[in-house]
Amino acid sequence: MNFKLKDIGPQLITVLAVVLVFGFFTYNAQVNMENRGIDFGYGFLSQESSFDVQFSLIEYDGSHSYFRAYLVGLLNTILVSVIGIVIATILGVIVGIARLSPNYLINKFAAFYVEFFRNIPLLLQIFFWYFAALRALPLPQDAEPMFGVSYLTIKGLYVPAFIWQNYNIFFYSVVAAVIAIIVIRTYAKKVQENQGKQTPVLLISIGLILILPLLSFLIGGVRLSFEVPVLKQLATTSFIYEGGVSLPPELIALALSLSLYTATFIAECVRAGIQGVGKGQKEAAASIGLNPNQVLKLVVMPQALRIIIPPTTNQYLNLTKNSSLAAAIAYPDLVLVFAGTALMQTGKAIEIVSITMFTYLTLSISISILMNWYNKKIAIQEK
Amino acid sequence: MFKYLKQLTSLVAMVAVLFTFTTETMAAKKSKTLKNTQKKGFVRCGVSQGLPGFSNADAAGNWTGVDVDVCRAVAAAVLGDANKVKFTPLSAKERFTALTSGEIDILSRNTTWTLSRDADIGLTFVGVNFYDGQGFMVRKSSGITSTSQFKDGISACTNIGTTTELNMRDFFNSKGISYEPVAFEKADEVVAAYDAGRCDTYTTDKSGLAAQRTKMSNPDEHIVLPETISKEPLGPVVRQGDSVWEDIVRWSLNTMIEAEELGITSANADSMKTSDNPAVKRLVGAEGELGAAFGLDNEWNLRIIKQVGNYGESYKRNIADTGILPDRGPNELWTKGGILYVPPSR
Repeated sequence: MNFKLKDIGPQLITVLAVVLVFGFFTYNAQVNMENRGIDFGYGFLSQESSFDVQFSLIEYDGSHSYFRAYLVGLLNTILVSVIGIVIATILGVIVGIARLSPNYLINKFAAFYVEFFRNIPLLLQIFFWYFAALRALPLPQDAEPMFGVSYLTIKGLYVPAFIWQNYNIFFYSVVAAVIAIIVIRTYAKKVQENQGKQTPVLLISIGLILILPLLSFLIGGVRLSFEVPVLKQLATTSFIYEGGVSLPPELIALALSLSLYTATFIAECVRAGIQGVGKGQKEAAASIGLNPNQVLKLVVMPQALRIIIPPTTNQYLNLTKNSSLAAAIAYPDLVLVFAGTALMQTGKAIEIVSITMFTYLTLSISISILMNWYNKKIAIQEK
Repeated sequence: MFKYLKQLTSLVAMVAVLFTFTTETMAAKKSKTLKNTQKKGFVRCGVSQGLPGFSNADAAGNWTGVDVDVCRAVAAAVLGDANKVKFTPLSAKERFTALTSGEIDILSRNTTWTLSRDADIGLTFVGVNFYDGQGFMVRKSSGITSTSQFKDGISACTNIGTTTELNMRDFFNSKGISYEPVAFEKADEVVAAYDAGRCDTYTTDKSGLAAQRTKMSNPDEHIVLPETISKEPLGPVVRQGDSVWEDIVRWSLNTMIEAEELGITSANADSMKTSDNPAVKRLVGAEGELGAAFGLDNEWNLRIIKQVGNYGESYKRNIADTGILPDRGPNELWTKGGILYVPPSR
């Protein structure tokens, strides 16, 4: 290779400029912090946090460390993002397909939903679902039971808790069923490719996933009972439900608004993907005798997915980042717990903000890598 | 002729050097913050996003409150006009960063003076302008009249980033009560959620409870419980490292309190110049050189009293007359059974 200065010169200058800018900011921050008597360091992470958090997936109270508080916030962020992504995807696909429906009512209703929800700022929607919808919910003592055992109240959704006996036997039976289904599917595909015979895979799969766990109850000694929430009086007009599982209204409002908002964008991705598949493909598929379901499943969707996945990845990233609006309605996510309370109690602004930024970066990159891997998997295999 | 010229030049040079040196030391006495403030022509003051009685903006954007008056006093002292203040509303979370990063020069935002805040994060507390304590508000209909009636599972709405969160934990832990903390970033959202029935109790400084109660849809349905669970001395804060500016803010506040003690009000300040009491005369600038040490003129304290009033006037105007806390409690002068006691201005 023969490098010429004119080729690498501009690049060297760019690198140098970036290094200088970063160096300047670091130096500037150091000098200013020294002048103002602020220490720099990550030692605070092991100190006792001494504040409590409303809702946590791991055991936590104020006697744990700031690092533990960070984990609590991170897990809550992941929880609401995962719930949001799942609901948004399901809803987005349904609405996206509905927008292409020949049925006038379904078509227009889907279009109205998309235009309405994607054109209102997300923060407003979060406030609406939290404050306006919350006020409409009954107080715990006035709540009507849903299915006799669950209560949706202003203080949250109370559902029965599952009390398992021999839970691991049940778990293994589910795992065994899943493995069996994968094996049968692979086998059925081979049979179809070699002999052209079709196996009723769906029926067998449903049977397996029902029968194996059922057996674990009948002969495996697995028992399941429910702990139903019970009304408890705190004061004359103040009640809560005890027992069971309670989901805070903050989580419900945030997950709901995030998924309703993001689903509109995913719906557009899905519609674009389906419309992006050539008309000739559908006609050709129909002409070889595939029924409309098979056309969608075997011909249109595999091609549409290639168009749908990359922009949908962006929507997943947006949803994850938008979950930081949680702070406005007291859902204890990473921003509220760590970049909020912990930052205030320690005053370690640079450290905490840098950790938080790095965490969001890592989360986003992980989602990107996962989606890119999936995208590559479904891409056209050049032979 | 040329011989003299050379000598003359060196003489001029020497005088010039000496002169620069002396002006330099005079200026060095003044603080950097003071210099910047005088250059800009306004005091940059961080306040709350709306706490009646302490710092609250009316529909026309005019700020009032006892915290606001501290900044106005400083503006009267260093700029000669109490109205030359630029107020920046800050959330509890933003306030210290805004101060340490130099966005504001005084933080007067019902901020509790604690050891770790004073020592750790590059801040200096200059005094106390309101002695407060954390309390609880509940609905009257709940029948709760004391914190001893709190039971396991109680949910408490509050703000993040305050000492409230820590005190609340200490309180409930010491009583062995399990509780659900619901912490919001902004006070308005705390009030909205509590008002909607999301929480059984709302906890913050008692002055804050009294002030926020006025924002409820029906204030009479709520009561503040008698117990006080913490000490919350609230006061103005400045950045560490500018001791002259720190002194100016501290003594602007002290001047207001001492003026009340000496019976000087905005109405009678001018006539007090001829008083027989030397302490009174010093506080209205008729005697002594109290401003010189700060690089200010001699009537800085007179301007504070005339334009802003003494502490008692400020309290009455902002907190008592608005019905927030008519009883001054600990915020009464030490001579009248309170704990307001400031070092003498002399």
